[in-house]
Amino acid sequence: MKARVHIMLKTGVLDPQGEAVRHALGSLGFDGVDKVRQGKVIELELAETDPAKAEAEVARMCEALLANTVIERYDVELV
Amino acid sequence: MGVMKAAVLVFPGSNCDRDLAVAFEAAGFQVDMVWHKDTSLPAGTDVVGVPGGFSYGDYLRSGAIAARSPIIAALRDHAERGGYAIGICNGFQVLTETGLLPGALMRNSGLKFICKAVTLDVTTTASDFTNGYDDGSQVVFPVAHHDGNYVVTDETLAELNGEDRVAFRYAEDLNGSTDRIAGVLSKNRRVLGLMPHPERAADARLGMTDGTALFTTLAAAGVTA
Repeated sequence: MKARVHIMLKTGVLDPQGEAVRHALGSLGFDGVDKVRQGKVIELELAETDPAKAEAEVARMCEALLANTVIERYDVELV
Repeated sequence: MGVMKAAVLVFPGSNCDRDLAVAFEAAGFQVDMVWHKDTSLPAGTDVVGVPGGFSYGDYLRSGAIAARSPIIAALRDHAERGGYAIGICNGFQVLTETGLLPGALMRNSGLKFICKAVTLDVTTTASDFTNGYDDGSQVVFPVAHHDGNYVVTDETLAELNGEDRVAFRYAEDLNGSTDRIAGVLSKNRRVLGLMPHPERAADARLGMTDGTALFTTLAAAGVTA
């Protein structure tokens, strides 16, 4: 089973990289981009075949290592 | 009182480990270098130094992988026993990732790597790291970081200020850090994390000596853990 983890900065945490990307888009002529937030996608190949167990296990991985929950939030998607 | 013993952790990608060892030795510490795969600290370790550098190439997040190394369990036990620890630059990032210090260090607000000497306000002298400085004094330490933008929740910030746990502030905004915070103390005031490098300002031959007092004060604090 494959899991995909999306990690984004929490709402309210300033994202200086996203802001730089927004500026760069503007200078390339892409007007009308009000906001850019940059995150990470992590794909995991799991031996687990039970979706509920897999999701719970990946959530534990997020809490333990994959995300820094002081500043980031995560979503687990099974694919 | 015996000689204070320092243990400097070494991760793949640490690059200030030797500088930190030299600064500890100059202050009279006996120093052991401890590889990240070790699972215990040398017997009688009083202070653990978590050095600067780019542990694991900053993969995932700065300090994130190092903070899950085998040696970290021993560091955590040491800190929970009331032992001293100091994390500098990447070491500060590692300490926040372990949860031994609050907050997180994000990309500098200006996005650039900043490498220069900066003036800091010594915000509290009530710690065994900072009581060698005068109240209200300033020091000059070098900084060299890309991810030094200190972020904390409003509640944690209120707690840090209320408990007088901000050790150093940038005299002027440098990297977007909340409240210009450059270094913070743990609740028991025995764990210090800071982005600027006192160990690079501890030898007159290198032009800066403001960091010396931090190490000599700590050496005088006595054997504790």
